[in-house]
Amino acid sequence: MNKSNEVITAQDLTKVYQMGDVEVQALRGLSLKIYRGEVVAVMGPSGSGKSTLMNILGCLDRPSAGEYSLDGEPVAGMDDDQLASIRNRKIGFIFQSFNLLARTSALSNVELPLRYSGPTKAPAHPDGQPGGPSRKARARAALEAVGLGDRMLHRPTELSGGQQQRVAIARALVNEPAMIMADEPTGNLDSKVGQEIMDLLLTLNRERGTTLVIVTHDPRIAAQTQRTIQIRDGVVDEEEQESVR
Amino acid sequence: MSFLQVLIEALESLNGNKLRSGLTILGIVIGVAAVIAMLAIGQGAQDSITNTINSTGVNVLYVFAGARGNRENPTVRNVRPLTMDDAQALIDPIAAPSVKAVAPVISDNVTAAAAGQTTGTTANGVTANYAAIRNQSVTEGEFISDDQQNGHRQVAVIGPDLADTLFGRHTELVGESIRLDGQPFTIVGVLAAKGGSSFGSADNQVIVPLSTMRDRLIHRNGNNVDTIYVQAASAETTTSASDEVSAIIRARHRTAAGADDFTVFSSADLLQTASSVTGILTIFLGGVAGISLLVGGIGIMNIMLVSVAERTREIGLRKALGARKRDILTQFLAESLLLSLLGGFIGIALGWTISIIIEQFAAASGTAFSAVVSLGAILLATSFSAAIGLFFGIYPANRAASLQPVEALRYE
Repeated sequence: MNKSNEVITAQDLTKVYQMGDVEVQALRGLSLKIYRGEVVAVMGPSGSGKSTLMNILGCLDRPSAGEYSLDGEPVAGMDDDQLASIRNRKIGFIFQSFNLLARTSALSNVELPLRYSGPTKAPAHPDGQPGGPSRKARARAALEAVGLGDRMLHRPTELSGGQQQRVAIARALVNEPAMIMADEPTGNLDSKVGQEIMDLLLTLNRERGTTLVIVTHDPRIAAQTQRTIQIRDGVVDEEEQESVR
Repeated sequence: MSFLQVLIEALESLNGNKLRSGLTILGIVIGVAAVIAMLAIGQGAQDSITNTINSTGVNVLYVFAGARGNRENPTVRNVRPLTMDDAQALIDPIAAPSVKAVAPVISDNVTAAAAGQTTGTTANGVTANYAAIRNQSVTEGEFISDDQQNGHRQVAVIGPDLADTLFGRHTELVGESIRLDGQPFTIVGVLAAKGGSSFGSADNQVIVPLSTMRDRLIHRNGNNVDTIYVQAASAETTTSASDEVSAIIRARHRTAAGADDFTVFSSADLLQTASSVTGILTIFLGGVAGISLLVGGIGIMNIMLVSVAERTREIGLRKALGARKRDILTQFLAESLLLSLLGGFIGIALGWTISIIIEQFAAASGTAFSAVVSLGAILLATSFSAAIGLFFGIYPANRAASLQPVEALRYE
């Protein structure tokens, strides 16, 4: 892997929270790089600044100081709408609690990021396909990729936990992002289903080359990644390079 | 997102909590229905009063003896009665070019008896042109003629209500006999029904020639009359006719301006007074209904605030997936707008139904009254409910749009 293939380049990130009169330094000059196609685990005890780092890397929050480029775009100085656009195009999120919209079908849930993508690639008439696949077609393809081709019109409440997380993964995939950020993706699942989800994520990485950043407490999950980044007291504590399986 | 998608998402969201959406819409429905019904009833009352006044004669001036008393100008003493000569003097193409016709009238209460029945009624002694000026027509027979007036004939035209009281019918009465204060009269015509008016029923009266009235029924000395009806040449000349009539009678009675011992009153004056009264009534009713619409709007705001709080995580998620502030704002505004517009449309239908029901009730109780749902009222209610949706939706929507994604996602 060479440097031009960096997805995340973070340099001297600091984040300071004002809690009443006290300033809390959540990040103290943290630097890291993640390369295209990598599978990286981020670990760290609570209070280590891990959540803050993930919020910044996920463009949900801005650093107080430092440089951060995502897929070659410097994001530190962007305004809210520009950050929203970056999140939409470059990042797929997977949450511990799935965060699906309960009232709508799996298909609509997967389609959601495409609705915020601005002008659709699909033509005005929904049946014709020239000019690129329609939103629905792309959402369908993503659901088929996670093995839920037969559950597209089910609502989240009609799906098992593992199936719900698959819908969330399809939603993260649908915009073909530069990286997927998964925050404890197996935390709400039993170990067997959790392993199935891990296998799916690793398969997607292998087949599509999607960069994966997984935040986890679970060493067994971390053991399946290529590299583990340990965060402690707002800086990178150590990096363990795993051999590629 | 496209307009259609915003609409679909808003519909989906409202559909997701049917009871709550329904109750919120109900608040607007009641408000809008009340506004529509009240405006329709007010408009209907106004039209009804206008019609009644118009039916008493178009462009008609009423001239009667005595000043219109008020505090600054106490009633003039030594009032001279109006006379036949006063009436004759008003037909003067030079001094009164705006006057088209003049009808002097003597009125008195009489006892009418026929077919074994006796009742009290009003007798009006009139000339032949009274019918045209007062907009009176007959359903059978003929009105009093000049010949009958000149010949002091004992003939009468009978009102339909009076006919019902005496004969139990108001048809086939020409040639029947009626006694007024003991004097025999022959019925020559039956008046067309006009319905009740603010001056007492025009249907309970008997009309006889003015000359006969003076000879046989009132035994009054001289040639005094009670009222002179003056018809102006057109609606536009009513005011000038009024001025001309005043000037002529003032000269004849030798009264100074401002100390008139007579009053000229026009149906236009009456119409204006009645219109302003019903106008105030309409505004008042509409205002009361408007308050309930406002309450409905506050209901929308309340529900939208609850909805924003409940869906904080959803908002956070949408923002994480790339929704901009504008997208969230649009989404919530669309929902509140949809609530208020749905309520508005249902409210218009309901208000319309209520107006029709009230119309039926009025018809059943014998009052000709049509509630008028005007296009203006519908547009007003629609735009007002849309404005309420926007106004009361802005704050909750803005609150939702301003949420930080990190905090919204963490919200439990």
